[in-house]
Amino acid sequence: MMKSEKQYIEFYQEASSIIKERSCPVMNAVRDAAFRQFESSGFPTRKVERYRYTDVDTVFAPNYGISLTPITITPSPFIFHLKDAPINVSPYYNRVANTKDSITALNTMLSHDALLIYVPPYTKVESPIAIDNWLRGKEDTMMNRRFLIILDKGAEATIIISDRMAPPSQAIDHHLSEASPLLEKSEKRKYLTTQVIEVCCHDNAHLDLYEIEETTSLCSRFSNVYIKVGRDSSVRHNSITLFNGLTRNLCDVYLTDTNSQVTLNGCAIGSANQHIDNNTLIHHQAPCCQSNQLYKYVVDDQSVGAFAGKILVEKGAQQTTSQETNANLCASSEARVYTQPMLEIYADDVKCAHGSTVGVMDESALFYMRQRGIPEAEARTLLKNAFMGQVINSIQYEPLRQKLYVKVEKRFRGELDKCEDCRLCK
Amino acid sequence: MLEIRNLHAQVGDKEILKGIDLTINDGEIHALMGTNGAGKSTLSNVIVGNPNYEVTKGSIIFNGQDLLSMNTEERAHAGIFMSFQAPIEIPGVSMTNFMRAAVNARREAQGKEPLKSTDFLKMMREKRKLVEIDQKLMNRSVNEGFSGGERKRNEIFQMAMLNPTFCILDETDSGLDVDALRIVAEGFNKLRTPGTSALVITHYQRLLDYIRPHFVHVLIDGKIVKTGGPDLAQKIENNGFDWIKEGLMNA
Ligand SMILES: Nc1ncnc2c1ncn2[C@@H]1O[C@H](COP(=O)(O)OP(=O)(O)OP(=O)(O)O)[C@@H](O)[C@H]1O
Ligand SMILES: [Mg+2]
Repeated sequence: MMKSEKQYIEFYQEASSIIKERSCPVMNAVRDAAFRQFESSGFPTRKVERYRYTDVDTVFAPNYGISLTPITITPSPFIFHLKDAPINVSPYYNRVANTKDSITALNTMLSHDALLIYVPPYTKVESPIAIDNWLRGKEDTMMNRRFLIILDKGAEATIIISDRMAPPSQAIDHHLSEASPLLEKSEKRKYLTTQVIEVCCHDNAHLDLYEIEETTSLCSRFSNVYIKVGRDSSVRHNSITLFNGLTRNLCDVYLTDTNSQVTLNGCAIGSANQHIDNNTLIHHQAPCCQSNQLYKYVVDDQSVGAFAGKILVEKGAQQTTSQETNANLCASSEARVYTQPMLEIYADDVKCAHGSTVGVMDESALFYMRQRGIPEAEARTLLKNAFMGQVINSIQYEPLRQKLYVKVEKRFRGELDKCEDCRLCK
Repeated sequence: MLEIRNLHAQVGDKEILKGIDLTINDGEIHALMGTNGAGKSTLSNVIVGNPNYEVTKGSIIFNGQDLLSMNTEERAHAGIFMSFQAPIEIPGVSMTNFMRAAVNARREAQGKEPLKSTDFLKMMREKRKLVEIDQKLMNRSVNEGFSGGERKRNEIFQMAMLNPTFCILDETDSGLDVDALRIVAEGFNKLRTPGTSALVITHYQRLLDYIRPHFVHVLIDGKIVKTGGPDLAQKIENNGFDWIKEGLMNA
């Protein structure tokens, strides 16, 4: 066995009683089993199919210091600490998540607090539920975040989960003074995050879920999302990696009843040595469901983009319609892209298509723009932006779409981390 | 304005321009004619700095500046514009954003502030009228789904937006219907100031009926083999190039 899991095993052996004390019965009920699972399987090597493109061991080897601070939640009628859940959550917690995945096992054993978003039957949440995961602190830190999202029958919601650095007040400090110790420090700290999001979407429920990462090159993120969809329902999941260090997103979907739809869209932007790995698996378990996936990557410099997505149509899932597209723009000769769309079909009456493309910058378009006086760097930005446009256009929640147009463009200009009119950022 | 001396250029290992000499003074219109594959578009591309073409010998001086040491966008900022023989599509980049980037880049090079959004849109409207190009096309991506003629019209629209001092029209007439040709050519004439010069590449007299050239050059196999007045174009229209080629062989 590799050595990197050792510290987590030892930590658990020492700290499990503290974790359990701070936690709640629903979480503790599955904790030891998750630990045993992790202890026996350890971290996956790159020989494990779904971890081919990301080296887990290297990321988890350092000692980050495991955070046990409780989550602060924004007051909202739909957000709860799991221990304060208004319904019985044991039929949900750690049910769709799969602890055979070591990251999920690790998260299940170490997370002591979980956040519940519960939308009651036939409730339409008008404005989006926003969750901000602020990464801050004076020390390197490992965080284990856990979410449970339940949309009851006929419920509708938009949820936006963002990973970001230091709250806006510090950004203003940055604007106003040359000394902003907190921002400075948190930007130089290494953060490692594991995250498990379980989504249960009951019959006739509609969820629009966004995950937006805007962190630093020192941040590593392992996020596993598990989505279970009932009958006549729809789920849209958008995963947007604007700025990161190393990111590995897994998304597993179970279409368990008829006539439902799931859309997974991804936008990944890499530069410098960034690493972005998205891995999806859609289980079509019931007839007459639809799934659509569109993941677009723009990788520049020496960055790495990986996409592996599998559509699994099980035996009874007749009249499945499924489409999977992964399109990549390699903006430099040193950037790398790995793409692996997969189809596994055990039903005979299905319509499935998958494809991937890897392209480079269109030289004739660049020349055309430069002839009009557009500097090369700007022309490249316009082309990258155009390439990513399709994914951003697909964002349903209008204000977020507008915001992301601006952010994506800033990102391509390399101005994402600059505050406006800031002397320090010039 | 433009002085080309003993210009040799190649694509890959193939020499295409084999010693071009051409002087274009302020306010002059020069027509360039010649057989297919003679190197007319190559010359245009070399003037605007297309990186696919390699200059192996010679010089190009533009308003006293060494053009060959400037990159493509610097040449554009200096006032050079090329209407492409085959304008390409740029999916996902809207005409408006494209034009805004181009106009503001030019302004920045001139040390001017970017145009205010309202002023920019007003300018778009005015110039659009000049070449009678439909607003609907402006809402699309650059040349996306444009017909051949619409693309050519769009080239002249862009010229109108950018106010160049030296224009290359590379077969802007081909693909235009009779009415469109008149509109585009008249638009071009309206845009011209007394100091504007142009190199007009065409295979037909009809464009030159609108845009009257001061000189007509014939390019064959990478060399300018004949130069004359406006009547030379008419003579080529009537008799083709054989008589010129024969003259070359006899010489
Ligand atoms: N990018 C390129 N790669 C290879 N060959 C090229 C390239 N560009 C031009 N050529 C060749 O150079 C020669 C000159 O081409 P050019 O386009 O300059 O001709 P032209 O005079 O504009 O012809 P036309 O009247 O047909 O437009 C042709 O033989 C052409 O095939
Ligand atoms: Mg040509």
